[in-house]
Amino acid sequence: MNYVPHTEQDQQAMLKSVGKNSIEELYHDIPADLKLKRDLQVSGGLSEIELRRLLKGLADKNQHLDECGSFLGAGAYDHYIPAFIDQLLLRSEFYTAYTPYQPEISQGTLQNIYEYQTMICELTGMDVSNASMYDGASALAEAAVMACEQTRRKEFVISDAVHPEYRETVQTYTESQNLTGKPVAFKDGVTDLEQVKALVNDKTAAVIVQYPNFFGNIEDLKGLAEIAHAQKALLVVAVADPVSLGILESPGALGADIVVGEGQSFGNPVSFGGPHIGFFAAREKYVRRMPGRIVGATVDSNGQRAFVLTLQAREQHIRREKATSNICSNQALNALAVNMALSAIGKQGLQEMARQCLQKAHYAFNRLTALPGVEAAFPGKPFFKEFVIKLPQDPERVNEALFKEKIIPGLPLKRFYPELGNALLVCVTELRTKAEIDLLAERLGGLK
Amino acid sequence: MSFPNELKYSKDHEWVRVEGNKAVIGITSHAAEALGDVVFVELPEVDDSVTAGEAFGSVESVKAVSDVFSPVSGTVVAVNEALLDSPELINSDPYGEGWMIEVEMEDASQLEELLSASDYEAFLKEE
Amino acid sequence: MPEKLIFEKSVPGRRAVVFPELDVPALDLDSLIPKELQRKEPAKLPEVSENEVVRHFTRLSQMNFGVDTGFYPLGSCTMKYNPKINEETSRLPGFARLHPYQPEDTVQGALQLMYETTVDLSEIAGMDFGTLQPAAGAHGELTGMMIIRAYHQSRGDVKRTKVIVPDSAHGTNPATAALCGFKIVEIKSMPNGEVDVEALRKAVDDETAGLMLTNPNTVGVFDPNIQEIARIVHDAGGLLYYDGANMNAIMGYARPGDMGFDVIHFNLHKTFSTPHGGGGPGACYVGVKDFLVPFLPKPVVQFDEDQNRYYLDYDRPQSIGRVKAFYGNFGVVVKTYTYLRAMGGEGLKRASGNAVLNANYLLSLLKDHYHVAFDRTCMHEFIITPKNLKDTGVRTLDIAKRLLDYGYHPPTIYFPLIVDEAMMIEPTETETKETLDSFAEAMINIAKEARENPELVTGAPRKTIVGRLDEVRAARQPNLRYTE
Repeated sequence: MNYVPHTEQDQQAMLKSVGKNSIEELYHDIPADLKLKRDLQVSGGLSEIELRRLLKGLADKNQHLDECGSFLGAGAYDHYIPAFIDQLLLRSEFYTAYTPYQPEISQGTLQNIYEYQTMICELTGMDVSNASMYDGASALAEAAVMACEQTRRKEFVISDAVHPEYRETVQTYTESQNLTGKPVAFKDGVTDLEQVKALVNDKTAAVIVQYPNFFGNIEDLKGLAEIAHAQKALLVVAVADPVSLGILESPGALGADIVVGEGQSFGNPVSFGGPHIGFFAAREKYVRRMPGRIVGATVDSNGQRAFVLTLQAREQHIRREKATSNICSNQALNALAVNMALSAIGKQGLQEMARQCLQKAHYAFNRLTALPGVEAAFPGKPFFKEFVIKLPQDPERVNEALFKEKIIPGLPLKRFYPELGNALLVCVTELRTKAEIDLLAERLGGLK
Repeated sequence: MSFPNELKYSKDHEWVRVEGNKAVIGITSHAAEALGDVVFVELPEVDDSVTAGEAFGSVESVKAVSDVFSPVSGTVVAVNEALLDSPELINSDPYGEGWMIEVEMEDASQLEELLSASDYEAFLKEE
Repeated sequence: MPEKLIFEKSVPGRRAVVFPELDVPALDLDSLIPKELQRKEPAKLPEVSENEVVRHFTRLSQMNFGVDTGFYPLGSCTMKYNPKINEETSRLPGFARLHPYQPEDTVQGALQLMYETTVDLSEIAGMDFGTLQPAAGAHGELTGMMIIRAYHQSRGDVKRTKVIVPDSAHGTNPATAALCGFKIVEIKSMPNGEVDVEALRKAVDDETAGLMLTNPNTVGVFDPNIQEIARIVHDAGGLLYYDGANMNAIMGYARPGDMGFDVIHFNLHKTFSTPHGGGGPGACYVGVKDFLVPFLPKPVVQFDEDQNRYYLDYDRPQSIGRVKAFYGNFGVVVKTYTYLRAMGGEGLKRASGNAVLNANYLLSLLKDHYHVAFDRTCMHEFIITPKNLKDTGVRTLDIAKRLLDYGYHPPTIYFPLIVDEAMMIEPTETETKETLDSFAEAMINIAKEARENPELVTGAPRKTIVGRLDEVRAARQPNLRYTE
């Protein structure tokens, strides 16, 4: 396969029109000693029949979530995806389009983003949202940078209970701009407010936490907002699990200034970690400092409502090195999946979905912590659909043993938090059944 | 395009109206026209200090953005808040309702560096 | 007819999705979540039936134009055909339904695919190894420039704070360098579109961290002085960054690594056929020379030959860190891998050769009707302008809008900034001669219309679902979300 349509005659006719004898002659600007004098060592030339066979073979070397009962979460969640979504995502007018630079023939993409922005505002309790970012981690990094720009301060405070990979991303982005993140410890599974209070001062641009946090526990956003605002710092909240917002109070109602997060849970498969979709929302007064594309409603020459990319003077193609960010794309197709999922799940559906996650997670928590030797890492702390338990054995070994029975019990936290010992982060979505939870408890209890 | 005689002009296309020790600053009709429809104006706050030759704010159109430079050094004593809601005043009345800031000058001799209306017009022709 | 917003179709109580009965005993909500943390006001999401949702999004799709709708010669964006087999393979449950934190032994196929893709792209680039972590081209630039910064710092060479960027560069180049804390030194291009070598010589010094360059550059010209440019930057102690936006011109003909570049990114959604998705998701490869491998973002995919096992290497003390969670846009990488195996080395070279042939052929059809910005053999794209139509009052924007009436997506307009009224045309290799002929005919017709009936052009488009938009209003009174 190579998708080049030309026949020999086509090529000859075209070369003639150009006034060349061969394609090789078109490359005369490349100095002779730079020309590659051998073939590229890339295997291929396969037909579609062979491609199917090859890729199926590679896929079969993996064991996917339909083949096991998985209690993995930690920023990538296995939720229900309505059947129609993938069929509509395959409408190629959507997926083979570029960024909507020509609004007259891109109203589909633009209206989708406008609807998506509205949904993100509704979920987060914020005034404005952008058209989406690469993922939750990079959205949080951009939020940290934006908070520093907005406040003209160079330090921020970030909780250790934020997803470790989000924190690493924030570190990478901010370090190069000489911005300093001060870590704040967690106590009993939530950010230590006393320590936050001690660290925040008139040099602090932002207090950054996750809600629910990496352990699934629910942070005291109101208390954190008070501390931040007393020093004119911003409260930046990352929401890796926005399904929780079907039950939990919105960060906006609790005083957040910027809310970012990961929208994968709505309509997007876990896909080995990407493509996912970062969302980015803020209070209205910060809109001109936001990174990324933004879509607005306006009218066309006939006075009809229509949608267009707007507030572009913030962006790299106009402001170049003074832009709010270097980002020049978004995750439009993933945003489309979010919009479709939230349209179908709807106002009542999201509350029901959140309720089922919450109830099933608590059922699992109660079953597991009733096992001998298994205990809650943070007893008494309210959590949503993820929780941490301490096992009597090394969780890596437990995972290995249970995987033979097609169960993935959760994420061993040793790699991120060695101080938590044999801790396991367990996630329960609405897709897990009572039978799967019971089996997990039974097998975990049966381990020696 | 008009360039009122009573104003002074900078080569960065700002105008200054001197009122005693104070200077009212805006952008010229030439600059406003070159930018196109102004959609947003970023202004400093009262009591901020400004420095001659340095940017104190910016003016945005749909497809362009331009820093606005202060022709004089001093302290901002007033900003035109009407521009925040009605940025189009810069296009419709650049020398009147489209004024941007008023500065209490530190050094009135900086005014000597600026151009008269006729010099500015000549400068535009060269440019 | 415009389509209502999904919110405007909402009727209280209407549902699409239902969930099964809760199969565990329900506990009292207040005992699980303290009352003050419970949501008081549910998010106002739509309340609609499944049929309505499906019709709504089907209708939205009909208001869009993609490569599958018609010719899309958007310069620098490489809007080539997106093979459908790629969509199928990336959706295999063995890829799409993998959790990023599954045990490595259960994802060997995925890791192998990432490893082989990295190795193959490094071969095409002439680099030693790379990463697939960045999610898009600009994200790759950020990764690459951070690697350059980390390299200088690792040597204690902390005064290297300047990055040189030609004035023809894409806006992401200076924005990226600034985001990495560098100062930008812009150098002017020569009238023929090449880098001004003398200006470069003057611009470099012991504060130069590097040069960011696209080659072929943004005006569609392969810079024949590239070796000299590389020598000047390297002699000053700087590194060379290659923006691979235009790689579709030279696969198998020349390799950035051989030209002297130290760090490079490829946009997998341009050169390697993965769809643009209406603005994303894209994916990106960043390749480096051996001496920069330690600085790649972590984790790095490795192959242990002794154990015949792929693994993620996190133990990389000099790494810049991470630019996103997990391992990159894996789903898009599956599409890239599928494309690589379809094409092979020979097919990739053939794609580039024909991309360049298509561009030159289209240029030959248009050059007597429009002003050609750089009249020379082009690579995979070229720039024309309506300078010859100036007296008609017709501008580039008008021509772009008129093309919509003819059923084409317009070229990239007003970029690069160094050419007044630029129209940048990139036909790609997957278009037939007939398509190029018809497009040229439309362009020639529009030039004729501009002379004979300019209102036809300046009043365009007329056949689209909406007319020209009031962008001033959109920016002055931002309306960024629906409210009842």
